[in-house]
Amino acid sequence: MFDFVSFIPRAVVQSIPLLLGSTGETLTEKSGNLNLGIPGVMYVGAISGVIGAFLYEQSVPSAEAMNGVLAIGIPLCASLLGSLLMGLLYCFLTVTLRANQNVTGLALTTFGVGFGNFFGGSLIKLTGSEVPSIALSATSAYFSRSLPFANKLGWFGKIFLSYGFLAYAAIIIAFVAAYILRHTRVGLHLRAVGESPNTADAAGINVNRYKYVATCAGSMVAGLGGLYYVMDYACGVWSNDAFGDRGWLAIALVIFTIWRPNVGVLASILFGGLYILYLFIPTGTNLAVKELYKMLPYVVTLIVLVATSMRNKREDQPPASLGLAYFREER
Amino acid sequence: MDNKTAAVKMRNITKTFGSVVANDKVWLDIYRGEILALLGENGSGKTTLMNMLSGIYFPDEGEISIDGKEVVIRSPKDAYDLGIGMVHQHFKLVDVLTATENVVLGLKEKGKLDLKAAAAKIRAICDQYGFEVDPDQKIYDMSVSQKQTVEIIKVLYRGADILILDEPTAVLTPQETDKLFAVLRNMRDDGKAIVIITHKMHEVEELSDRVAILRHGQFIGDMPTKSTNAQEMTNMMVGHSVTLNIERPEPVDPKPRIEVKNLTVRSVDGVLKLDDISFTANSGEILGIAGISGCGQKELLEAIAGLQPVESGSICYVEDNGEREELLGKDPLHIAEMGVALSFVPEDRLGMGLVANMDLADNMMLRSFRRGHSFFTDRKSPRKLAESVVKELDVNTPGISTQVRKLSGGNVQKVLVGREISSAPTVLLTAYAVRGLDINSSYTIYDLINRQKAAGVAVIYVGEDLDVLLELADRILVLCGGKVSGIVEGRGAQKRDVGMMMTRLGGNKADE
Repeated sequence: MFDFVSFIPRAVVQSIPLLLGSTGETLTEKSGNLNLGIPGVMYVGAISGVIGAFLYEQSVPSAEAMNGVLAIGIPLCASLLGSLLMGLLYCFLTVTLRANQNVTGLALTTFGVGFGNFFGGSLIKLTGSEVPSIALSATSAYFSRSLPFANKLGWFGKIFLSYGFLAYAAIIIAFVAAYILRHTRVGLHLRAVGESPNTADAAGINVNRYKYVATCAGSMVAGLGGLYYVMDYACGVWSNDAFGDRGWLAIALVIFTIWRPNVGVLASILFGGLYILYLFIPTGTNLAVKELYKMLPYVVTLIVLVATSMRNKREDQPPASLGLAYFREER
Repeated sequence: MDNKTAAVKMRNITKTFGSVVANDKVWLDIYRGEILALLGENGSGKTTLMNMLSGIYFPDEGEISIDGKEVVIRSPKDAYDLGIGMVHQHFKLVDVLTATENVVLGLKEKGKLDLKAAAAKIRAICDQYGFEVDPDQKIYDMSVSQKQTVEIIKVLYRGADILILDEPTAVLTPQETDKLFAVLRNMRDDGKAIVIITHKMHEVEELSDRVAILRHGQFIGDMPTKSTNAQEMTNMMVGHSVTLNIERPEPVDPKPRIEVKNLTVRSVDGVLKLDDISFTANSGEILGIAGISGCGQKELLEAIAGLQPVESGSICYVEDNGEREELLGKDPLHIAEMGVALSFVPEDRLGMGLVANMDLADNMMLRSFRRGHSFFTDRKSPRKLAESVVKELDVNTPGISTQVRKLSGGNVQKVLVGREISSAPTVLLTAYAVRGLDINSSYTIYDLINRQKAAGVAVIYVGEDLDVLLELADRILVLCGGKVSGIVEGRGAQKRDVGMMMTRLGGNKADE
């Protein structure tokens, strides 16, 4: 019998970075910016958090002397700041200078991964550790702390209450983002900017400001995904390139959820589940088959792409001006 | 009118785009309770001038004052705050949003976004002026005239009392136009200032109280509509006198050229677009095609040009020596080589036929690049062709290496039609060739078409303006809902009869 009680929590912890990444990217894309730099942004979000945590851990004499607020607050702020700078860089290039969004995004991903590996490598050198990784277990303990009574509630506690606070924050952020997009003036304006910037402009909406704010906020949310990954999922262990292709999976998730963050909550768990499904197939299965299982999230995304374009419902299409720079006096 | 103060005063307005001077020291006054028609040829700077009033462009020089107070309009929002609203030629609506969402877009009202209250307010505006729009309908589900209505409501919702409409009737049927004019008169009587940009003289005479005329970016003059006439206005627009009669020479030696039999076409969604169409187009003759827009005109031309899959029927090309060849099943390239040229001007002008980011010469090459014999493309002859089109059709452009998208709409069209005609076709299919063109350019195009006819070309001319069709075409085929409602002789045909046939199969035959 398939062990759901151990499968679901693992799928969920796997899903949170994807959910944060895709919520951030959805916000960004709704403003018409196709930020393919999200994998880089998440990477920078992660390493910035690691740097913050590392500096704090070094500055206190022992793990017992750490202050809970600071232990969470410093990496959190560092992570938000790092990803915000990435978002600002992307906006400056694509919105202010009107550079090509695809090229900028891909460059940012390359840059972000390189940035992360460079500083990750430096920190590993500084600690002089034997293995090519740094462990920030004291900080991680604060991030992954779950409710004290969760263990006592059996399978219910395990499935619903066994996660660190960032996991719940991710779900709340997704629902809030969905609400803002659908039911508020700001959301309406943002959708208009992404669909038809010159319409929004003619209606008196500051297109550039919306693009900047949405993209930077989106980057910060996505950066949290990186932070969650290293502090909670990976138990505070940073090693270069461990983050893998989660950033791309987050972008695939945006398409899968047809640009709806609330759908992302369940869809990310599905993706997380598919992502780790290969660990749950019976032992002794051919290794090649295992690799095939890892394809599943991407296959599902392709199927959704085909399905949505065949149904051709206008609401399910990407924002109409996605990937295009806007200049008012262009004719 | 002398005792009124101007709602808007524009003084010495200058605007340049690169080396093109769009507006040169323009003066313009706009009054409340009056409909002002802004006239001018294509590229004379009418839209640019109004865009500066609505905040899309910022003037290089000059002052604008509203109700006697000097203002600076930096953005569309500033314009709205001053009560200026513009309905653009290309609608500024978000397709995936509802009418209500589009209307409240950009508004900074206090409190929560309340779409229900907004919808109620929209219904009230509809009742007041007699609009018919469902506030909850999505824009992509709407017809062109409904979209335009949403645009007007959007402007009214913001409490604008200075209204600018850029070629509002270009895409409307005559009935929809009448409705719009009634609404505009209502608003004028309500004390609003209204500016309408149009090319159609009879609309100017019918609707406006005053006309202002621009030529090559300069202000030529304004006068009450009552004290002028179409001829005088046209002369002022063009700068020299033009005749307003379309010639219709007798066809020379007409012989059947294209025979269409029982043609039936279905759209992708399975809707019947053409139903059992049969007709013959003769050489040396202009066959006009009339019909309310969307009655199968586009499908008919595309079927002949080989762009439209056909369900059943036949299209025969008859050569001078009587040899017949079936066109159905041939690819468009082959059909084009046989001498069938299609110049279709779609609603967005650039959608088909021209590449916006390429320059004039390169666009000419789109037709000829296959003809070269060497490995390299021949660039000389397209350049020559571009030069001659620019010269002959008086295209307003800095040069032939200008990107097409930088030209104004009418000039883009001249380039397209000029290129198609230059390929020396034996059959010329043209749809909406003068859509949005000013009078002078329209007459140039009519003249070109007539010259083709004199050269023995079979011309199939799909037109919107019934008056023109009646003056230009030798025979008129009237389409109604994808069926042939009748074919009438152009000479002596009555507008009323053709109009009836457009709305009802066979028109009024029962009464006769």
